[in-house]
Amino acid sequence: MRTGALIKRICQQMLRDKRTLALLFVAPLLVLTLMYFLFASNAVAPTLGVVNVNPTLVQVLEKANVNVRAVPDATKERVVQEQLDGVLQSHDQKLELTLENSDPSKAKLLQMLVNQAAVAAQLPSKSNPTGVAQAPSIATDYVYGNSETSFFDVLSPVLVGFFVFFFVFLISGIGLLRERTTGTLERIMSTPIRRGEVITGYLAGYGIFAIIQTVIVVLYAINVLDMTLVGSIWHVLLINLLLALVALSLGILLSTFAASEFQMVQFIPVVVIPQIFFAGIFPIEGMATWLQALSKIMPLYYGADALKGIMYQGATFREVSGDIVALVVFAAVFIVLNTFALKKYRRL
Amino acid sequence: MDLPVKVDGVSKKYGKKVVLNQVSVTIQQGQIYGLIGPSGAGKTTLVKLLVGMDIADAGTVQVLNQQMPNLEVLQEIGYMAQSDALYAELTAEENLKFFASLFKLKKAEQRERIAYAADLVKLTPELSKKVSAYSGGMKRRLSLAIALVQNPKVLILDEPTVGIDPALRLTIWNELLRLKEQEGKTIIVTTHVMDEAERCDTLAMVREGQIITSGTPQELMERFHARNLEEVFLRAGGEQP
Repeated sequence: MRTGALIKRICQQMLRDKRTLALLFVAPLLVLTLMYFLFASNAVAPTLGVVNVNPTLVQVLEKANVNVRAVPDATKERVVQEQLDGVLQSHDQKLELTLENSDPSKAKLLQMLVNQAAVAAQLPSKSNPTGVAQAPSIATDYVYGNSETSFFDVLSPVLVGFFVFFFVFLISGIGLLRERTTGTLERIMSTPIRRGEVITGYLAGYGIFAIIQTVIVVLYAINVLDMTLVGSIWHVLLINLLLALVALSLGILLSTFAASEFQMVQFIPVVVIPQIFFAGIFPIEGMATWLQALSKIMPLYYGADALKGIMYQGATFREVSGDIVALVVFAAVFIVLNTFALKKYRRL
Repeated sequence: MDLPVKVDGVSKKYGKKVVLNQVSVTIQQGQIYGLIGPSGAGKTTLVKLLVGMDIADAGTVQVLNQQMPNLEVLQEIGYMAQSDALYAELTAEENLKFFASLFKLKKAEQRERIAYAADLVKLTPELSKKVSAYSGGMKRRLSLAIALVQNPKVLILDEPTVGIDPALRLTIWNELLRLKEQEGKTIIVTTHVMDEAERCDTLAMVREGQIITSGTPQELMERFHARNLEEVFLRAGGEQP
């Protein structure tokens, strides 16, 4: 009942504060949309050099809006010299693709187009009963970088998770910090309320808004921005909700260590930004061992890994269960630490 | 005689600074007990120990025969902090309702108590206004109303009348006297103001973490051969007026 009173009060406060609500619900959508257009504007028709490639494939490629140009050989020097985005060579019945890759999103797009074209050229009659075409293996090489270099389709699940995490962290952290600085938290602790009830009240109160935000962001990303979603949307929502819960409990916890709103904002570069680096934007496998170990203590690493798996690779619940467990453990640890942090106000 | 508040040999340090040093206080039921002293003397710390917000390094603190902190006893303590701990985005009524619902009160009783507390501090016409639109004095009055909302046996008021105009201060003090006499409430007040101190049943003068002297205002004036409490305070502190 006391928890209910807390929840009700948080809702009243949030609904009065229209700016904060807008930040929570609209800002992630704006930033996501902006990023979507930033990446989409790269999609100028790519130029592909071909060496000894079967004419059907060339036709399919041209239909897919690829500028195809015959070149004498398929060396990397040729790609650079002719300012190609890639070169495709047919060699012993096998396709070899060399990508320029200075712009990973363009390279990925070209690779995807070549893959699709290769499938289409192989099955012109659409006689495949399962509807799933086995892509012919194409050996891919890169002039710059490698296949781990990401692009928006890989990035987008990470971004969705990150925005949910960031905004929930910020608003719950500052919300509770204000209670600490105005003395209302101390005032609450001078009533017979239990510490557990306080934490539950805050988690549920801010949690309601976190859930609404998560649902809006996920639905917008998938339906309006047309992000790739191979797996189940329910799993995407579940992972994001868990991320929101971790962010909520972490925000509340860190507000213990901040004396002002300004100090709370200082946690962003320290706690939030480093998590982006370990969320799969940079390949974890290539990092130094100690950096890899560091990634294991970042909640966003697990969230992003699961989201990428579900949205991009179509991973099942089973395949991401490890990440889910990790997120639940993070949330549980932060919640327990929170009830201890409240001892600062009252031992009981 | 029932002793709702018993503080025995309490010491408290923050870091190296000694804030309370061997303080003992007993307060009888149905009394107004005044803690008077300069800022930084340790009044607020003592108050916080009574509400269980802080733990003494040595000594015991008992309220209503229970060792503090104790959740059941908190139901019976009305606390008004020095800073107005209010939610500025909410209306006064929402603030009252929120704090009232943290205590065990029946729905009807809760409504009754909110109406009573708001009326006492003369805020009834202003209840639907947001607290952010309140003046300093109005906020102080609302804080007092919140302290009274659950009908507690013990009232602990930390500088309750700061920023309140003289007329309202008088009303509040008259109400405190009525609460003491008719409802037998025990009231602990910290104050700087000497004319308020005169209205307390027992006064304790706090200085540098110690109670330098205590007694009824009358006793104190006789003991220090003083004409008023101001002189008592200065003489007790070893200064010549």
